[in-house]
Amino acid sequence: MSRRGDWVYENNGGTCVAIAGADYCVIAADTRLSVGYSILTRDHSKICELADKCVLASSGFQGDIKALHKNLAARELLYQHQHNKRMSCPAMAQLLSNTLYYKRFFPYYAFNVLGGLDSEGKGCVFTYDAVGSYERTGYSAQGTGSTLIMPVLDNQLKSPSPLLLPARDAVTPLSETEAIDLVKDVFASATERDIYTGDKLEIVVVNKAGTRREYIDLRKD
Amino acid sequence: MFRNQYDTDVTTWSPQGRLFQVEYAMEAVKQGSACVGLRSRTHAVLAAANKAASELSSHQRKVFRVAEHAGVALAGLTADGRVLSRFLRSECINHSFVYESPLPVSRLALRLADKAQVCTQRSWKRPYGVGLLVAGLDETGAHLYYNCPSGNYFEYQAFAIGSRSQAAKTFLERRFEKYNDYTPEQLIKDALSAIKETLQGEKLTSSNCTVAIVGRKDDGTMEPFETIDAKRIQEIIDSMEAAEEAPTEPSAMQQEEEGTDAAAPMDI
Repeated sequence: MSRRGDWVYENNGGTCVAIAGADYCVIAADTRLSVGYSILTRDHSKICELADKCVLASSGFQGDIKALHKNLAARELLYQHQHNKRMSCPAMAQLLSNTLYYKRFFPYYAFNVLGGLDSEGKGCVFTYDAVGSYERTGYSAQGTGSTLIMPVLDNQLKSPSPLLLPARDAVTPLSETEAIDLVKDVFASATERDIYTGDKLEIVVVNKAGTRREYIDLRKD
Repeated sequence: MFRNQYDTDVTTWSPQGRLFQVEYAMEAVKQGSACVGLRSRTHAVLAAANKAASELSSHQRKVFRVAEHAGVALAGLTADGRVLSRFLRSECINHSFVYESPLPVSRLALRLADKAQVCTQRSWKRPYGVGLLVAGLDETGAHLYYNCPSGNYFEYQAFAIGSRSQAAKTFLERRFEKYNDYTPEQLIKDALSAIKETLQGEKLTSSNCTVAIVGRKDDGTMEPFETIDAKRIQEIIDSMEAAEEAPTEPSAMQQEEEGTDAAAPMDI
């Protein structure tokens, strides 16, 4: 693949998904790291737990993603020292947006999905573009498989349009296990057709009991 | 120390080779309320006597968490101490950002000392009027340092600073040789006893002292730097007092923790 002489980014592929429920949030990402048509590793996590109720999944250029995650984790530690409590998910959402826009003219090549519980304990998902434009939604997908997954989530989660008035809650009425099954199904489908998605699926579930992690095998071809 | 013509500026030496402003800054530390620190091979404990400006106000915060593996207790101008704690926190965060590992405690103490030294050599600055006991855990074990306003720092097994700290130091001098093998519970008890010495008669309760501990447990996991909550402190104080009241049979005392020091004489 030939790029401009000054192209400093590369796309390491992968897909991230998050779904918010009434009192839980599911954040999932595959673990394949690629460059061009090659696989660099089958076992690389794209998920970062920034606070006890706030999890970030990012796909894109891993160099920028690692730097972004480290930056946010350090800022969260500073917040903890100053406010004597951990950052809430909506607060981290704004911080992430500001951090991304700060590099508006040399962006982080990272497509982010932030998931967790808000201050009332309800699930929340925030979806971003590379320069920090963000929106709170009930579910989102980002990365190379996002175009394959988003329409399926739209169909299954029946989330009302944000244009409707009065504003309706975007979180899905599905139970936690149903949401996890849906995530597994959409990833299995995306793995079939997207060459950059596969190997293993890492699922992180945040609810009031805490955070837990699950790994599911995906097709390795 | 008396007022003299060489003590106005920090950048003026006296004929005897002293910097009076720096020495006056050390006096400010002696005016602050007491703090003690002590350590074993694996744990370090900091304790501070709380002083409130009046009965109506809350007490001064004297113990600050600086990182997961380290914290400070201060005596003197607590506002200066707050600012230095913020500096230490950002040093720890910056170090772990670059090196992905915790800042070793000796380097933390060094950064603080270098910062304090700058203020002793600038005509437009004044020395920080606060002494800090820096306690932390790193690869080489638990450490306790004392940082002066002069920019000097030393490592200690146990130390006390602030007003009436001599009483606490005398107490610690008698016992410090055994501290390397003390359990965390024994360290906490000795820290509380040392603080009690500085209160001189006033009753020791969980509301007039703060205790924090950091260390590595026997199984290798880390106990991050944390202030012990008031309820647990009160329980420990109560068990210490009960043991004192029955000095003839210390072994019969019901102790909360595993680390019973029934063998050590309670000759406070």
